[in-house]
Amino acid sequence: MLPEIGQVVLAIACMFSLLQVVYPLYGIYAHQQSAIESAKILTVLQFVFVALSFIILAYLFLVNDFTVAYIATNSNSAMPWYYRLSAVWGAHEGSLLLWVLLLSIWSTAVALMSKRLPVESVARVLAVLGLLSLGFYLFVLLTSNPFDRTLPYFPVDGRDLNPLLQDIGLIFHPPMLYMGYVGFSVAFAFAIAALMEGRLDSAWAKWSRPWTIAAWTFLTLGIALGSWWAYYELGWGGWWFWDPVENASFMPWLAGTALIHSLAVSEKRGVFKSWTVLLAITAFSLSLLGTFLVRSGVLVSVHAFASDPTRGLFILTYLILVIGGSLLLYAVQASKVKSRGRYSLISRETMLLINNILLIAALIVVLLGTLLPLVHKEMGLGSISIGEPFFNRIFTVLVVPFALFLGVGSLVRWQRQNLSDLFKPMVILLVVSTLLTLVFLLAFASHFTWLALLGVFLGMWILVGTGMEIYLRSTHRFSLWTGMKKLGNSHWAMTLGHAGFAVMVIGITMTQNFSIERDVKLRIGDSVRFEHYDFHFDAVNDLQGKNYGGIVGQFTVKYDQETVAVMEPEKRIYTVQRTAMTEAAIDSGFTRDLYIAMGEVLPDGAWSVRVYYKSFIRWIWFGPLMMALAGVLVMFDRRYRVKKVSKSAAEVI
Amino acid sequence: MVKSKKILTLSVPLVIFLIACYFLFQGLYTDPRKLESTLIGQTVPEFTLQDLYDPDKQHDASIFKGQKLLLNVWATWCPTCYAEHQFLTKLAGQGLYIIGMDYKDNRIKAIKWLTDLKDPYAISLFDKDGMLGLDLGVYGAPETFFIDSKGIIQYRHVGDLNDRNWQDKLSAIFDNME
Repeated sequence: MLPEIGQVVLAIACMFSLLQVVYPLYGIYAHQQSAIESAKILTVLQFVFVALSFIILAYLFLVNDFTVAYIATNSNSAMPWYYRLSAVWGAHEGSLLLWVLLLSIWSTAVALMSKRLPVESVARVLAVLGLLSLGFYLFVLLTSNPFDRTLPYFPVDGRDLNPLLQDIGLIFHPPMLYMGYVGFSVAFAFAIAALMEGRLDSAWAKWSRPWTIAAWTFLTLGIALGSWWAYYELGWGGWWFWDPVENASFMPWLAGTALIHSLAVSEKRGVFKSWTVLLAITAFSLSLLGTFLVRSGVLVSVHAFASDPTRGLFILTYLILVIGGSLLLYAVQASKVKSRGRYSLISRETMLLINNILLIAALIVVLLGTLLPLVHKEMGLGSISIGEPFFNRIFTVLVVPFALFLGVGSLVRWQRQNLSDLFKPMVILLVVSTLLTLVFLLAFASHFTWLALLGVFLGMWILVGTGMEIYLRSTHRFSLWTGMKKLGNSHWAMTLGHAGFAVMVIGITMTQNFSIERDVKLRIGDSVRFEHYDFHFDAVNDLQGKNYGGIVGQFTVKYDQETVAVMEPEKRIYTVQRTAMTEAAIDSGFTRDLYIAMGEVLPDGAWSVRVYYKSFIRWIWFGPLMMALAGVLVMFDRRYRVKKVSKSAAEVI
Repeated sequence: MVKSKKILTLSVPLVIFLIACYFLFQGLYTDPRKLESTLIGQTVPEFTLQDLYDPDKQHDASIFKGQKLLLNVWATWCPTCYAEHQFLTKLAGQGLYIIGMDYKDNRIKAIKWLTDLKDPYAISLFDKDGMLGLDLGVYGAPETFFIDSKGIIQYRHVGDLNDRNWQDKLSAIFDNME
């Protein structure tokens, strides 16, 4: 009975989303205040019902109701409860439900936190969000119902969740990523509402900025988490593979990064307005495209798709309506926008324009690399694959101007910068960052490579550049300490975000250039040595987990005769699906990770073992963490807080 | 005049999007079984891969020379391969030389699969990371390459081999190869 209730509740939520579109828009059209104001309450009701439906599905997973087809294929009774819970979004149907739930959470947040905005504008934004939800509800209800039953012949127990997905990473990674994807819908809705209204002033940039940064923060965390998860769970020791699924999350991130920068210009200077709107549409469109490409399998496996094109057709129709419709609106309405601000060639505006151009260039590279195999095939040119070397080479080229401009960008003034004033800081910047690079490489590099020199230099260049910016800004009018205290949160956020990027660049450079990977054949008692490290294979023991068995190896690791770690890589066999999984043992450190993964046992009793030394790999995730923290810092900026306080104070009066 | 020109410029994203949609739409309905490989008429690219059963044993492209054969790409995660397996065993029983390539798979599972279901392959390659698969432009499993005695790829079949398509078309292609 409960699954049916869940479905009915979902249908009710769908109805509310329809009302959320129609009623407020009608109110605006007919000048009915009550209809306009109903947008908020309808949004909240929609959220209540979809949340209820989600809770019902989660409960059904917890009590192992295998009469529900989706649960029978993705969960079983031997899994611990938290994995049963995360299995809710482990596959197609459930993850779509999660999507629409998150969309309603964002919508509700907009409804509740936009008290300062004109009621009509909020109503328009909520109507656009409602329209997006409506499409998703229809998709879930008509083609991918998670509450479908297997009656009357239901299985006694379910199939396992894919063992790769039975991990703490999966509990957080997809919701985090989806929060980011879906969050861009708010920026999108604000942009569309502004276009509908025909009023593209800097007000909308100001309103949508905190939402965009919030979404970007989630996406940054989500991607970093996914990368970290791939590193320690998949057993390959890699951190980014340029596969279509990763690219699908990377593209909205690139567009979103461009968007938060261009929003800043639009708000502060009133220029780039129509460009910013296009970016807002692009960021969300790519989120949609990403979700669908991954979920529908157009790219990953064509085979699964040809058998059932209904889902694909629905997706495509939705994409055409949403993206095509908004681009059409853009083409018609954006022509009315007039830019007010002026700026000269050497100015902060130009710097941010270059930032945008480079980010979009990177975006196009990823988009082409992901979609070209598909297009190529359709044009009858045969199948091709585009792999890591292509992306790595192009990104190595793109990051150079990006980092160089980033380092000086924040030193340049808005509107107009005298080039000669910039000369002295540039020289200092060049000298200091070169010195730091050399010191860093002497301390941590085992040998010399040009790419390492370049990468570390770019990182140092950004770090020194942002540091100088803080120094110059603070000492502009006050002493250093007073000046630093006077800088706003968003200023510190910018610094932190840029420093995070620099840390990531250094991390990637060091990892790519100085890591050591060895695939070795070891007997118990054997050792493998490199870089002062000695890995001694002590023993192999049996392993018994809740829904898996297997073996666990034991290695003692010494650094110059001194024991630094005892590492225990596991090899698990999951009993239900009979799949084997590698659980690598990782000894993490600030400047290096040690990584051991057990391979197969060979006929002569020896083991094939992968031993990695990963230089500075933590920095690759530490950087994005700093960027995400920067996003959080902006949320607490005075501009967003003070007004809220004064507003509530006004209400008291 | 100026305004209509501006609208035209601003329509560029829309046009690009619509073109992309056209390809996505085509992608929905294209029969993936008609994939062409750029490698047809060429030799199999150079590679070294481990033997499925014995990680110490390495194979290279020379195994494709000397007799005409089928190179079958399969994996234990692929349900269609399961359906195809019986037919492959039948073909092997008729004396066809078939080389198997276990694609992006787990060694232990794959060995168990071949032990349980009979092994139709004269040689089993283990392409764990899909490196040879990438060179061959493999999109998924199953796929089968028809390779002649000089090691030149003559035909590529995407999807399972079965009685019907073998009788209709594929056996003729195989028989016509040298």
